[in-house]
Amino acid sequence: MTLTELANPTRFLALTARILPWLAGATAILLLIGLYQSVTAPDDYQQGATVEIMFIHVPNAWLSMFVWAVMSVAALGTLVWRHPLADVAAKTAAPIGASFTFLALVTGSLWGRPMWGTYWEWDARLTSVLILFLMYLGLIALWRAVEDPSRAARAAAVLTLVGAINLPIIKFSVDWWNTLHQPASVFRMGGPTLDRAYLIPLMVMALAFSLLFITLHLAAMRNEILRRRVRALQMMQASQRRAA
Amino acid sequence: MTALAAIIRRDIRIALRVGGGALIGVLFFLTVVVLMPFAIGPDLALLTRLGPAILWLGALLASLLTLDRLFTADHEDGSLDLIVMGRTPLELTCAAKALAHWLAAGVPLIVATPVLGLLLNLDLGATLAVALTLLVGTPALTFTGMIGAALAVALHRGGLLLAVLVLPLSIPILIFGVAASEAAISGPVSFGTPFSILCALTLVSFVIGPFAAAASLRQGLD
Repeated sequence: MTLTELANPTRFLALTARILPWLAGATAILLLIGLYQSVTAPDDYQQGATVEIMFIHVPNAWLSMFVWAVMSVAALGTLVWRHPLADVAAKTAAPIGASFTFLALVTGSLWGRPMWGTYWEWDARLTSVLILFLMYLGLIALWRAVEDPSRAARAAAVLTLVGAINLPIIKFSVDWWNTLHQPASVFRMGGPTLDRAYLIPLMVMALAFSLLFITLHLAAMRNEILRRRVRALQMMQASQRRAA
Repeated sequence: MTALAAIIRRDIRIALRVGGGALIGVLFFLTVVVLMPFAIGPDLALLTRLGPAILWLGALLASLLTLDRLFTADHEDGSLDLIVMGRTPLELTCAAKALAHWLAAGVPLIVATPVLGLLLNLDLGATLAVALTLLVGTPALTFTGMIGAALAVALHRGGLLLAVLVLPLSIPILIFGVAASEAAISGPVSFGTPFSILCALTLVSFVIGPFAAAASLRQGLD
């Protein structure tokens, strides 16, 4: 099965209809295992039970960046190969990525409250994730501003690639800015290395969240394809009614 | 080469003419800076401390405001289609248009900085430092903003969408511009470090801006 064969939306729909139940099942099982391991993980000697937030927070933060990478690949597919499914993939990934980024921010802030004593700290990581969130929202605004999906796809693809180049620069600048204005509280996550008791549940959760993203993304792509078909049919019906 | 020079000359002439609107940016810059003391209070010591940041924010917003004009006028009268179809590479034409836009709308902001520095109680050295960082940084604002301007004209949407798309991209320029100005005024880091990174950001924007803008113009105007 090559990418060119997958370019046919009907074949894509048939294939994903077969895969999706398995993917959803695997996601659910892994999430259950990961959540059980996270809850039963031993309390940290410094952070206590709040360390369990990490098992939700870190996978969300990791996916917030991974989704932008997926969108960048899809943007290349739109601009270079004019792959018909690439703009569907890019469009549907944006809201999912924004949700992961938002959850990373919320869980980070809930974790910050007991640890730093404040919901928000202009910490380098938090700040750059906030900017990433703003860029996701801008991208979604761009998708929603234009009616013609293929025109919006090409504009969004350019912006996604520019963002992919700029995000490391923004990350670097924010890190520099943050060391310049040394914040009051210094944050270190349970020492330099992570204990195995935390590492394994974290890995399981990261895998579960990645599978969750793939499941949600494929389902959203199916919805988008069907939505476009419905819209095309409605337009056809309307033009026939006018002709009659 | 002559074609590019012609475009630069033409754009500057149009911008400075009645209806060009290049100088409105300066007026906006002035107004934003004058508004600040009303929000912060007429505390001269505080204004001195915030001065570089206020000037940089004002310049950022003013250059964002004028960016809307970069391609729209040409799109409305059809000359943008000719430029896209022309034999000169579109990337170079975009760079020339951005340069012309910076000369017409960016340079006046830098010229106005000393006067505004006076209002914010900055001494001569501090004002010169801010003007120098603006001289190096505003081209980067124009060249990254050009991407947004090209997207806006390709989508027939301007205004707020452009601002929302462009402002996050200009965060690094803002960080290093203000940092370099403050380093020159009070330290603790040496002026050279943030200033050379600001120069690097400007050079990077010279590369990315024209290519991304040309790509979105080509994709958008079909």
